[in-house]
Amino acid sequence: MENKPWEAEGLTKSEYEMIVDILGRKPNRTELGMYGVMWSEHCSYKNSKAVLRNLPTEGECVLQGPGENAGVIDIGDNQAVSFKIESHNHPSAIEPYQGAATGVGGIIRDIFTMGARPIACLDSLRFGDLEDQHVQFLFEGVVSGISGYGNCIGVPTVGGEVHFSAAYQDNPLVNAMCIGLMEHEDLATGTAKGVGNPVMVVGATTGRDGIQGASFASDELTEESEEDRPAVQVGDPFMEKLLLEASLELIKTGALVGIQDMGAAGLTGSSCEMASRGGAGIELDVDLVPKRETGMNAYEVMLSESQERMLVVPKKGKEDLVKQIFDKWDLNAAVIGKVTDDGMMRILNKGEIVAEAPARSLADDAPEYERESKKPDYLEEAQSYDWSQLEEPQDYNQALLEVLSSPNIASKEWVYQQYDHMVQTNTVVLPGSDAAVLRVKGTEKGLAVATDCNGRYCYLDPETGGAIAVAEAARNVVCSGAEPLAITDGLNFGNPLKPEIFWQFEKCIEGIGEACLSLGTPVTGGNVSFYNESPEAAIYPTPIIGMVGLLEDIEQATTIDFKDEGDLILLLGETKDELGASEYLQALYGLETGQPPSLDLDLEKRVQEVCLEAIKAGVVKSAHDCADGGLVVALAESCISGDLGAKIELVSDLAPSSLLFSESQSRIVISVAEEDLAQVKKLAAAKDIPISELGRVTGNSLVVNDLVNLEVGELKKEWTESIPTLIEG
Amino acid sequence: MKFGVVTFPGSNCDQDCYHVAAEVLNKPTDMVWHKDKQDLSEYDCLILPGGFSYGDYLRTGAIARFSPIMESVIEYAEAGGLVIGICNGFQILLEAGLLPGAMKVNDSLKFVCDYTKLEVVNDDTPFTNRCNSGDILEIPVAHGEGNYHIDEEGLAELIANQQIVVRYLSEEENPNGSVDNIAGICNQERNVFGLMPHPERCSESILGNGSTDGYQIFASIVEYLSKRGEECGE
Amino acid sequence: MDWKVKIKVMLKKSILDPQGQAVEDGLEALGYNNVSEVKVGKHLELSIEDVATEEELEEQVEEMCERLLANPVIEDYTFQVEEMEG
Repeated sequence: MENKPWEAEGLTKSEYEMIVDILGRKPNRTELGMYGVMWSEHCSYKNSKAVLRNLPTEGECVLQGPGENAGVIDIGDNQAVSFKIESHNHPSAIEPYQGAATGVGGIIRDIFTMGARPIACLDSLRFGDLEDQHVQFLFEGVVSGISGYGNCIGVPTVGGEVHFSAAYQDNPLVNAMCIGLMEHEDLATGTAKGVGNPVMVVGATTGRDGIQGASFASDELTEESEEDRPAVQVGDPFMEKLLLEASLELIKTGALVGIQDMGAAGLTGSSCEMASRGGAGIELDVDLVPKRETGMNAYEVMLSESQERMLVVPKKGKEDLVKQIFDKWDLNAAVIGKVTDDGMMRILNKGEIVAEAPARSLADDAPEYERESKKPDYLEEAQSYDWSQLEEPQDYNQALLEVLSSPNIASKEWVYQQYDHMVQTNTVVLPGSDAAVLRVKGTEKGLAVATDCNGRYCYLDPETGGAIAVAEAARNVVCSGAEPLAITDGLNFGNPLKPEIFWQFEKCIEGIGEACLSLGTPVTGGNVSFYNESPEAAIYPTPIIGMVGLLEDIEQATTIDFKDEGDLILLLGETKDELGASEYLQALYGLETGQPPSLDLDLEKRVQEVCLEAIKAGVVKSAHDCADGGLVVALAESCISGDLGAKIELVSDLAPSSLLFSESQSRIVISVAEEDLAQVKKLAAAKDIPISELGRVTGNSLVVNDLVNLEVGELKKEWTESIPTLIEG
Repeated sequence: MKFGVVTFPGSNCDQDCYHVAAEVLNKPTDMVWHKDKQDLSEYDCLILPGGFSYGDYLRTGAIARFSPIMESVIEYAEAGGLVIGICNGFQILLEAGLLPGAMKVNDSLKFVCDYTKLEVVNDDTPFTNRCNSGDILEIPVAHGEGNYHIDEEGLAELIANQQIVVRYLSEEENPNGSVDNIAGICNQERNVFGLMPHPERCSESILGNGSTDGYQIFASIVEYLSKRGEECGE
Repeated sequence: MDWKVKIKVMLKKSILDPQGQAVEDGLEALGYNNVSEVKVGKHLELSIEDVATEEELEEQVEEMCERLLANPVIEDYTFQVEEMEG
């Protein structure tokens, strides 16, 4: 052989040899291209599968775990929620608007493919230093891409997070999560079976856009990547809105055997995954696929990642019904092939076989690797960093204002005002609280949704960081009055072939697994994104947790803002000397180091239980997770949102910096009417958790001991104007 | 009393409007499909909902305006039927010439979703009779192109005919840069009303910041139709 | 005869163009201080079949602009036509 044909498809020599073994001959270019995308990390999880098996995926509420387009959980009354998070990091680094927009489009398709109507999106974003012009370009582009797609399709973007750190300088993270609502009987799956059933492609036409996007997502970014623009697809949210309505209408008819989104790996991925799940084969003719460009060959049709397309397998004889529904919505629907019983993917072009391979070998038999793993050298020094050597600030007012105006802490209003967060009229708790809360029309119920991850913690202690991401997402949901049910995970890491990166990955997953078990929230699916590196370095390990919780009574939805003058402010949990990896160190000293806060999962669970019991008892006026930025930041945010001051008296041996800014876990700030104090204390005592009275809601200033005394208006100004000022100057 | 909510391809507030008419006002309500030119006389009020009809490609509302149903809507409006266009519905009414003026991109060049404070300028319309002029309503907006434009002559006419129904309370409250802080206008006959803010998003206290000021708009319609019904001896 | 038509739609001179202003500011930020009067418009290209004369064609294009492609309340349009090589 004169060249190395596997390289162009992102495969290794040994993988190529496996393919030759499977086929009993050398693959042709189309076949090799199909193996290339299907065996990419993005589609096959070949480097992560072994580790991901350790995550708990079973629970009472789980109707559909990992392996389908999205997970599904039961919420009672014959209703179910489908939800999933997915990354679109590399496309967004190259072309932020379209990268983010198609990320949103892809995750929304995953949800309605399950038969659920998408009711909300959340976006978890990471960027470099916001003072950098290129970072601003990426940030503005991503936000407007999310806005452009989500607003048009009419799914409210209700939450998420945005963090900034130099670790993401050239490799931003864009993880989009969607949740949808359905009746149990509408649950659809991506399965092809029943010999002779037709295979149809519906929605947009197929062009040459995005060819090899899946392999692209599995490469590190290089200087040349910016030239790689053809790999980025263009989204059409209007088309997807029609596709959404048509697909849901079709699923309701019961005429379908299976339906699958054409996302990564396009027609190849959708067809062989559907065939493999059904233990069947599929024969299709690329000539029958509606195209928007002329002269496309089989390779291009099979690997195109044109957006807003689905593959559907209706029952035989229902082809016309499918066409009729799609025609109503002015969309294409074309029969391109049929289900067979020989387990083969057989690709024809005008009747002639151009590729043939076992469907299962493409979809499920990618090699599985156990990568080498090694504890990184940086950890020991970083974890032993002693912050007590730093001088205490001269002026704690100034210190608080500096932390509040850090883009990580500052109000994200500039972002979420560009998102339609109210369409569908279910948004009960608006963006800016701990979790978004949506009502479920026609019931008393509500859903609370949040995403969370502190990449800095995960970098400095991956296992604890992973566990904290779960704990904090759950705490956010609890503070909103909901019982945490299940999670989806967006796992963003560097190159897994580097032992230190793989170690970060293993440890994060360990932490996530422990927290999920302890808090009773199984993993229902998610996404792995490796190779998030630029020439400089890998990103912080960033396993983003998307949590869904259920409120039995929507009237109990709780927000972070202080409500009434005179209310008592209480702290559930306790503050320890844990300034490592804190926002305080970052904002005041430019340090991203130290041992992150510890996490006692047993205490965490009890704190959450007490908070939720108190909310259900109807005595909690406000609840706020005390996390990034520390206690004083949590207090300031409750003051700002409620437009009320607070007088706080803290008694402690801790240094003032730690007392105010330590990021100790398992803490919640709540406010209650004075007469309800005894009841809350009783609940706390029953679960044996620390509880302390911090002070009262009063006046129009936040006063903490003799350390902090600032008017709420001033806090608010600093907090809300920080990001717009950085961007618009 | 029957409501009709028109669905264009790309409408995304049609179900929200349906919910308010059918579940909150508790009135019989139909969804009306864009492809059908049809007799709309069975309806007492038509709602053109928000969204991105035809993706808002070319210009907001420009393509929807040529849907078969719009011919019927124009006939219906010319015969005196009540039509309320919300956000994209307002944009379609402008393109269709049922209301004067045109829409431009927001001054900020950004989509904006937020509560805005509106002043009721004319309380003598079928859509605001439950309010008093000078009342302040808190109603959210969500649009990228709500920057209402009309030339000076047209503006003078709107003012003289009291066609400005709601204004953003001030320059600071104006989310898009519209002329004279205009948020919503009606035609001379008062039966066609278009506004950028979304009253259907604040007609129930459970939602968002708890404002129910949008309900006043829908309740005004119901009150007007009830009175008209009584006068006709229905 | 078949024709190629290029249409330019611009905001009328009297209408404030926030996009143009933003582009102008952007250029200035890049150091181009001698740029002014930036306007952002739309450019459309289309093919039209079976029209006998240029006069007839212009009539059709004008009608299309008035009815759909431009909003006469705020926009002006100009166009060029070109016979397609057979």
